[in-house]
Amino acid sequence: MELETRNLKLETFWSRLRRNRMAVAGLVLVVGLFAVALLAPWLAPYDPNFIDLKQVLMPPSPAHLLGTDTLGRDVLSRVIFGARISLLVGFVAVGIATLIGVLVGALAGYYGGAMDALLMRLVDLMLCFPTLFLILAVIAVLGPSIWNIMVVIGVTGWMGVARLVRAEFLSLREREFVMAVRALGASDARLIWRHLLPNALTPVMVSATLGVAGAILTESALSFLGLGVQPPTPSWGNILTMGKDNIEIAWWLSVFPGLAILVTVMSYNLLGEGIREAVDPRLRD
Amino acid sequence: MWLYLSKRLLFMVPMLIGITLVSFAVIHLAPGTPVEMQTTMNPKASLEAQKRLIELYGLDKPLPVQYWDWLKRMSRLDFGRSFSPDRRPVWDKIKERIGITLGLNLLSLIIIMAVAVPLGVLAAYRAHSWFDKGTTLLVFFGFAMPSFWLALLLIMFFGVYLDWLPLSGLTSLGYSQLSWWRKLQDLGAHVTLPVLGAAFLGLAGMSRYMRGSMLEVIRQDYITTARAKGLPEGAVIFKHALRNALLPVITMLGLSLPGLIGGSVIFETIFAIPGMGQLLWGAVMARDYPVVMGELVIVAFLTLLGNLLADVSYALVDPRIRTG
Repeated sequence: MELETRNLKLETFWSRLRRNRMAVAGLVLVVGLFAVALLAPWLAPYDPNFIDLKQVLMPPSPAHLLGTDTLGRDVLSRVIFGARISLLVGFVAVGIATLIGVLVGALAGYYGGAMDALLMRLVDLMLCFPTLFLILAVIAVLGPSIWNIMVVIGVTGWMGVARLVRAEFLSLREREFVMAVRALGASDARLIWRHLLPNALTPVMVSATLGVAGAILTESALSFLGLGVQPPTPSWGNILTMGKDNIEIAWWLSVFPGLAILVTVMSYNLLGEGIREAVDPRLRD
Repeated sequence: MWLYLSKRLLFMVPMLIGITLVSFAVIHLAPGTPVEMQTTMNPKASLEAQKRLIELYGLDKPLPVQYWDWLKRMSRLDFGRSFSPDRRPVWDKIKERIGITLGLNLLSLIIIMAVAVPLGVLAAYRAHSWFDKGTTLLVFFGFAMPSFWLALLLIMFFGVYLDWLPLSGLTSLGYSQLSWWRKLQDLGAHVTLPVLGAAFLGLAGMSRYMRGSMLEVIRQDYITTARAKGLPEGAVIFKHALRNALLPVITMLGLSLPGLIGGSVIFETIFAIPGMGQLLWGAVMARDYPVVMGELVIVAFLTLLGNLLADVSYALVDPRIRTG
């Protein structure tokens, strides 16, 4: 019986999502980007780090579809391999943020009272910091590397999830089924993990999808500033640094990696909004 | 009103303590002692600089004592001296740049409000029309656009291709010899691209928010009443609806401050504008810790102040807040 209602829910969710053309476009693009990242070694026409000093700063041509950079490396291959970095950073950072957010939100929403007040003040406090300034300060201490920025983006981005989970928990814990489970003598931990959290997962899913977009934007900005992924590892942000240094002579170095970021971020945003509307159609104004 | 204001000011104290605690925690984040770390990673930090850091942070004392001493220094705006060759006090460096960053952010904020409010109102008034759909598309672009890429495109188009506007800096060579009118023109040409870039990014969220807020208000009964008693449509929308719809937008303005200030790192770095963002970037690159920490504290404080201003102006226009 329970399984059946769950299947029915999933079916209505899918049919609603499918009717939203923007969301479908987002989903297709997200899946496509995953494929590009996974198949990068087979899709890229050249080794992304192959230096060819006879082919420096060549504009787009049949041999190099997106041109070459200042070391003669193929920009298309670097953009394709850059997709791996973006997705890796996006998912790990959001994973960290979601984990912290769920934990803080669950504790605050479940126990309420002083615990809630304390944790929510912490959330307010973190929201007060211009995130980029905080991230840069931490990077200054830890040094720039792909692992550090994943951790730092995650640790500075959990506040939204915490608020969402807390709000869900506050309303859920008053419901009859929670009282029933509690009357049966379930422990707090079991109640939180087995009964409350599964019911609060949809807003978390939406916020995580949108969070991937945000994390990819932050990573590219940090790499662009020279404080994120370090060359020669190709990332969309650090290709754009080269674009900025050669802005008057090589437009292709600035245009294509930026386009890749724009399309990626937009497809996650579209998918996230689509899931949100499919879960709660009232949100469609 | 005074009661409300003093209550809000009182609430600011724990927030300030929290902000300094987080900043303090960042200093102590490094594994091992920060001084060791800073000196091994930064060849510029000499033995003398090492001693200065130990002195500044009082690293030989217990943590609570360290925090209290640090807090006392902060209250005197003593952030220590920069590691850079000029060895100037950090506060002096921040002081000469703070006006530039605040000025540019204020300009973008004015543009954002001037465009977002009419855009949002019109999109809500003609909800689901072509105009509404067009702005929605624009909003999606605004949300997905990397700020530094937008800056690069602006430079490429208006600076390189059309050659209308200067590529970087705040003033041209020989600025000091210009007449005040020419000075203003020169300054204006230099800040156009960075301000427009920052404004475009803020525009997306704000116009979306204005639209949502307006949609909510338009559905209220008192708007129907206003129409029913025969008021002209313009008066209904702008006098009755807009006033109330603007309220949540004011709060949003306060909340959008961190993003805007954070964006100055990117815009100031790309356009070579001598503001706080550029100072921070340079300091992070050079591992100039006293400057990084000073910036973090000052910017967090400014954001808190901005939020307070937003809340107070909210209370000024909405009497319900004060009684509550």
